[in-house]
Amino acid sequence: MEKNINITLKIWRQAGPKVKGKFETYKLDNISTDSSFLEMLDVLNEKLVRERKEPIAFDHDCREGICGMCGLYINGHPHGLDGETTTCQLHMRRFKDGDTITVEPWRSTGFPVIKDLVVNRGAFDKIIQAGGYVSVNTGGIPDGNAIPVPKHQAEEAMDAASCIGCGACVAACKNGSAMLFVAAKVSQFALLPQGQVERAARAKAMVSKMDELGFGNCTNTGACEAECPKAISISHIARLNREYLSAKFKD
Amino acid sequence: MTKKQATSQTEAPIIDAKIPEGSLAEKWTNYKAHQKLVNPANKRRLDIIVVGTGLAGASAAASLAELGFNVLNFCIQDSPRRAHSIAAQGGINAAKNYQNDGDSVYRLFYDTLKGGDYRAREANVYRLAEVSNSIIDQCVAQGVPFAREYGGLLDNRSFGGAQVSRTFYARGQTGQQLLLGAYSALSRQVGKGSVKLYTRYEMLDVVVIDGRARGIIARNLVTGKVERFSAHAVVVGSGGYGNAFFLSTNAMSCNGSAAIQMYKKGAFFANPAFAQIHPTCIPVHGEFQSKLTLMSESLRNDGRIWVPKKKEDAEAIRQGKLKPTDLKEEDRDYFLERRYPAFGNLVPRDVASRAAKERCDAGYGVGNTGLAVYLDFEDSIKRLGEDVVRARYGNLFQMYEKIVDDNPYKTPMMIYPAIHYTMGGIWVDYELMTTVKGLFCIGEANFSDHGANRLGASALMQGLADGYFILPYTIQNYLADQIRVPRFSTDLPEFEEAEKQISEKIKRIMSIQGKRSVDSIHRELGLVMWDFVGMGRNKEGLEHALERIKEIRKEFWSNVYVPGKSEDMNNELEKALRVADFIEIGELMARDALLREESCGGHFREEYQTEEGEALRNDDDFAFASCWKFNGEGEEPTLFKEMLEYEFVKRQQRNYKA
Repeated sequence: MEKNINITLKIWRQAGPKVKGKFETYKLDNISTDSSFLEMLDVLNEKLVRERKEPIAFDHDCREGICGMCGLYINGHPHGLDGETTTCQLHMRRFKDGDTITVEPWRSTGFPVIKDLVVNRGAFDKIIQAGGYVSVNTGGIPDGNAIPVPKHQAEEAMDAASCIGCGACVAACKNGSAMLFVAAKVSQFALLPQGQVERAARAKAMVSKMDELGFGNCTNTGACEAECPKAISISHIARLNREYLSAKFKD
Repeated sequence: MTKKQATSQTEAPIIDAKIPEGSLAEKWTNYKAHQKLVNPANKRRLDIIVVGTGLAGASAAASLAELGFNVLNFCIQDSPRRAHSIAAQGGINAAKNYQNDGDSVYRLFYDTLKGGDYRAREANVYRLAEVSNSIIDQCVAQGVPFAREYGGLLDNRSFGGAQVSRTFYARGQTGQQLLLGAYSALSRQVGKGSVKLYTRYEMLDVVVIDGRARGIIARNLVTGKVERFSAHAVVVGSGGYGNAFFLSTNAMSCNGSAAIQMYKKGAFFANPAFAQIHPTCIPVHGEFQSKLTLMSESLRNDGRIWVPKKKEDAEAIRQGKLKPTDLKEEDRDYFLERRYPAFGNLVPRDVASRAAKERCDAGYGVGNTGLAVYLDFEDSIKRLGEDVVRARYGNLFQMYEKIVDDNPYKTPMMIYPAIHYTMGGIWVDYELMTTVKGLFCIGEANFSDHGANRLGASALMQGLADGYFILPYTIQNYLADQIRVPRFSTDLPEFEEAEKQISEKIKRIMSIQGKRSVDSIHRELGLVMWDFVGMGRNKEGLEHALERIKEIRKEFWSNVYVPGKSEDMNNELEKALRVADFIEIGELMARDALLREESCGGHFREEYQTEEGEALRNDDDFAFASCWKFNGEGEEPTLFKEMLEYEFVKRQQRNYKA
């Protein structure tokens, strides 16, 4: 099963937020096709360190596709060409010997570059802080089974809740919109009885925070859904639009 | 050596965990009834630092802020939601007895204590079982989308080490959903301004003034600047130290540095040798490998574990001449079902791991390395249909296929044990306070509840129990005396000294300019740990490991190379600081494993086993938690003991056979 390939990498290097960046080219030989994309970058960094050069900064953590920390724009696609895959789960067997691979950071006004391939996604936290929660304090809660939830609704809420907050949706969108991210959270709570009390306020607060933070508008291109590593459906955006409109009508 | 140790052991001073009076069921209630509290006006005047935003850290930070304290919360990732709790797959235990299958608080307590091979503290484990039900209620109220039955009520599944179904789950992403619940509660407090959040910050030291923890030194990972933060109390929930093994199921940034900093400032490190090897991980496949991926224990509900019965078949499979699906039922050895008929594939993790190792060591392993066993879903697919199996485990199967490029619906998965969790950690008393006043430790970072082995779906339970329901009470008993203490200036000499030492340490690492990359040294340490401080340990191997670790320490401090500048985002420097501490942890683990001349839970000393190859405990000499006190760089640590006196449960040889 195992075989090795030689590849050329064009990687975005940028020393800091205010510094001009550029592509650097690296040749890498003998990469096992069983290694993951990030393990390939580890090999490159190990080589750079051996050559006493500064390694490439990139974000990564769990390497099992769930923490949402990794995010690279690979050959023009967030997380690469594989569907429903995060960069850490992309494997080198998807590339051919002799391939040239272009690697860039997320590019969006909402996510400024910190260094090389690392961007600041703090805006997502701010959107959640604006209303992405159910306002319950710890303790004094009735029994878990006191709130029955129809199975199909729980499942649909779970589909939305599986968002990993990686930002691929924003990176994929030509408008740099964060609608899929916001919709996933609004939709999760709109589908559950626990989310009803603050339903209208939540939709308004999260959308207004998103706008304030410089994310673009949604023009329904569907690029976010296509690139989402968790395949979150744009039907949640439709639900968010309904939630937002009905909240506004109630004003 | 052995003799000397034996004497030093019997002379070891005893430490007291301050367990409340009363029967098991009354202790926590009694404690809460009599503890000191802080009134709302005074809470506003008290600052608490919480390090970590995993299940324990985020739930603690949120709950403390809800009570009215000022909270400063730190995480090393770019967002609190990335903490490694997010990767927990299978579920969370609670004693709800919704399935009417005979569960109770006592049974959850008993299973956890037994699962931990009777090396946990009775009173803590009982309290954990007691608050487990409130955790489920809390998470449901937050909007965590747990799996449901058709009637709309919560669904459960079974997990290793239990004969009831008490595990609540959200597909194979339970950790993610629980963490996002805690993260949402935390975010609500950040939005209100009651929690100040510091992302991409790494704690590098704890500052102690007059014997009390009063702050931390942390490095801003974006600018590289070393900064000071003060508070009335410090809470650390920084996770486990499994990455001392280099390859583990932990995330890349998981580390034991906060634990080592606490240890060096006077907190005792308890049971460092107790590390859990998880039986169901994707086997190691290459040198470039950066981490190991766990396949949830929940898979053992429907998957059957086996190896070929005949050595020649195993050999043929390793050479690629035979496929597992070619082997007939009678040529397969379902070794867990054979050895442990009562629990079968659902024996606890340590038992399952050792059984797999035993088969592979005996020459029956599969995969091209011979270090793998099968986890087979053929029977379940026949019994339930592929759709049901897909609904239960779809995301796990997909993950497996992406990594291995094999379809587990068609051919059995290959699995092998890997380091997954550390039961050992910073010693805490009943109030979760370390031996340093005002320094608390929660979640995986402490040692408290799992003894020598943790049962599946209990890590999430403990993290959230500590953060939501225990620490917010016990910390008040400490803070009640502190209401008149004004806020601290970070200009105090203790802060200055701590910062100076950290800056010098960083300077020293940067100036070595040697020939070895950080990873290459870390990998070398990991191999020593796996070979000699891993699943099977013995005196000779552990002594060898201690020698090797000394050499590795020397190599690190004389030959590591860290490129770039320290006042910049510098991932190599971050890793170097962590590896320096993993070396210390590795040494502590080996030392502790050498001391413990018995086998219990995840700690298996080859010299101490039954004729059937099961762990042989020695309750007469080792029914204690070994707590290590730091005595200075290059000095031997001192052993303290917390005697684990069982008032309510009789210790037995663990039996999963009948």
